[in-house]
Amino acid sequence: MDKPLSRPTDWTRRGVIAAGTAAMSLFVPGVAEATPDDLENAIRDLFGDRPLSEGRVVVGLPPIAENGNSVALNISVDSPMTPEDHVRQIVVLSPRNPIATLAQFRLSPSVARADISTRVRLAGTQTVRVVAEISDGSLWTGKASTYVTLAACVIG
Amino acid sequence: MAVIRISAPETAEKNEVIEIKAMIQHPMETGYRRDERGDVIPRDIITNFRCGYNGEIVFEAEFLPGIAANPFLTFYLRATHSGSLNMSWTDQDGQSWSATHALTVA
Repeated sequence: MDKPLSRPTDWTRRGVIAAGTAAMSLFVPGVAEATPDDLENAIRDLFGDRPLSEGRVVVGLPPIAENGNSVALNISVDSPMTPEDHVRQIVVLSPRNPIATLAQFRLSPSVARADISTRVRLAGTQTVRVVAEISDGSLWTGKASTYVTLAACVIG
Repeated sequence: MAVIRISAPETAEKNEVIEIKAMIQHPMETGYRRDERGDVIPRDIITNFRCGYNGEIVFEAEFLPGIAANPFLTFYLRATHSGSLNMSWTDQDGQSWSATHALTVA
């Protein structure tokens, strides 16, 4: 059987479901948006009060996103990606989506380049934040803003 | 049956950095939308993606509803030895789909 990568933080399935359920009960009756506080809380839940340094993380988003349901996101972290010095984890966070965490990636040194692209949903104009945890335990952060003309969740 | 698309080289030099693109067809229903009757459409998302390289997990992703429909990833691996890349996706109910890509390292 494939052995899962070690999980440096306690991101449990139960936690995710609880967060999801909480966000849902908050959201369904009316409008739902995370706040910048939720983003900070999500970082604290994942990494505690460890210091966060600006830099090493470059976040790419289009300046204008016409459709918030699918926005191209690129993350690249400055790292040699060797067994001694590599990016262990990357977390993508939103200050405005119903759930602050959008995705979380776990990397091994076999990932030769800490460069990941995907597509995200954005519930409105915002600054997406990315936190990368390096194998020495240090945390680095970067951000990018995009102007969303049609927000996800509002349109079908 | 979900449609899976994987784009990766079939051959590589030893220690070459190869680009992997992996996509699965899935609605990634957020659980925040309502149908025409006003009822909430239940959440239905892929929560986990794993890439195994000869049996060892080398890259893993956790998806939340903030990931767009038909989740798509581009990432890079170092081609160290011939073998198989196994990509698997698991949804919130534990159902999973997978595909294997053979890689020959010269």
